[in-house]
Amino acid sequence: MLQVSHWQIRSPSNLTRFVLLALLSVSLMLLDARGHHLQKIRAGLTVLFVPIQLVAALPVRVGSAVYDFIRGDESLRKEIARLRAEQPILLARLQKFEAIEAENVHLRQLLGTSALVADRAVAAELLEVASEPYRHAVVIAKGAKDGLYLGQPVIDTYGIRGQVSEVGILQSTAILITDPSHAIPVQVNRNGLRAIAFGTGTADSVSIRYLTASADIKEGDLLVSSGIGGGFPFGYPVATVAKIVNDPNESFLDISATPVARLSHNKEVLLIWPAKSSMSVDTTKPAEIKKPVVRKIPVEPKKPVAVRSPAVSNPSAEAPRPVVVEPTIPAEGEPPP
Amino acid sequence: MKLGHNTRSRLIIASSFLVALVLSILPWPIWTEQFRPDWVALVLIYWCIALPTRVGVGTAWSVGLILDVLYGSMLGENALAKSLIAFLAVHFHLQLRMFPRWQQAAVVLLLIAANNLLVLWIKHLAGQAPATWGYLTPGIVSMLLWPWLFVILRDIRRHGNVN
Repeated sequence: MLQVSHWQIRSPSNLTRFVLLALLSVSLMLLDARGHHLQKIRAGLTVLFVPIQLVAALPVRVGSAVYDFIRGDESLRKEIARLRAEQPILLARLQKFEAIEAENVHLRQLLGTSALVADRAVAAELLEVASEPYRHAVVIAKGAKDGLYLGQPVIDTYGIRGQVSEVGILQSTAILITDPSHAIPVQVNRNGLRAIAFGTGTADSVSIRYLTASADIKEGDLLVSSGIGGGFPFGYPVATVAKIVNDPNESFLDISATPVARLSHNKEVLLIWPAKSSMSVDTTKPAEIKKPVVRKIPVEPKKPVAVRSPAVSNPSAEAPRPVVVEPTIPAEGEPPP
Repeated sequence: MKLGHNTRSRLIIASSFLVALVLSILPWPIWTEQFRPDWVALVLIYWCIALPTRVGVGTAWSVGLILDVLYGSMLGENALAKSLIAFLAVHFHLQLRMFPRWQQAAVVLLLIAANNLLVLWIKHLAGQAPATWGYLTPGIVSMLLWPWLFVILRDIRRHGNVN
């Protein structure tokens, strides 16, 4: 209790403090969710607390160093042998790929569309820290200084892993395709049927929603990114269809697919800068950089579907539908450098 | 090195929170994620019961904000949830001190369930809700850990003469 001349100033009560701080939290959340007012503050705070993350990542680093030390020469030799055997096969495939690419460019020139150019990729290390419960995210040890941008695709050697959701100065966060707030436009590799793969929050499955029973999709189909929306480049593997449930009472099929990328294994990811290509997007429009935009869901062309249907089979779809996270196209003058 | 008594108490409390923060982002195999106890909430509840004049809503809010930064969630999300925990714990600290250990543990379960429910609710409003019932499991694991953590923190408090 403070005494100023004859007035007694009490420190605020517990309840008052709680109400004030609750109001402060709510306004912070609103500022954070709507617009980019807090980007700078957040980036600064992130740098401040990097030591905590480094300490948390230490056990895994030490562990893997010890593991490498213990397992010794024999298994390393085996691994080298395996890699040596693998390399010629991959290189041979690449030869063919280059020929096909050249042919593709030529054909596109004949058609008068701009050519698909190879994407630029940079390998980045993951910082081994756990993400928030209910979320699937990874921390990448690269940041704005390396030219990362919001919505940048993150892949590994097997397929698409996710996209950058927050760019810090030294490190960034990427949400995985299984994160409940993530969605990625895909198409069936076999026939080009378009769909959207939503993250579910479970570790090894994404769900394909809004496909009707007449859709030509089978278990085992490979889904590749369709390039619609411009965030992800066309043609990277995303998931394979694992199970299709056709309940006649529901309007849509209940399809779950298994991500192709090894979401919880590799310690390294590849960041790609998609090349400017003939994607059917108006790239001249300046887009909002920070937050994902809600887009219409591309469905089969003949049957437009209401975005929220009461009969959607997935129980989670009854809840407010997760925002379709489609990274916006970086405005001109933004990275990629 | 001679530190003032006040400073030393603060340091001990702050480092207990630091350890809790590290534990909450320490990587585990992905299937254990849903069983990860809410370390920050546990430490917070202990200090709120033991030293309600020192640790309260303000501390909880700051620690929650750090958690938000570390998790990359919306700023203010965990801050709000943790201040709710602290408010309730401080408000009932006299009753809670009298409770037998198992009854305290039950209250811990309730507080952490409320915390997780609030976080899930905020996520729903923001449109990133996961399809999960997992908000109870961290509470249950935390409840089982409470008696041990209570003893450890009490010993630290007595040994370090924190008050």
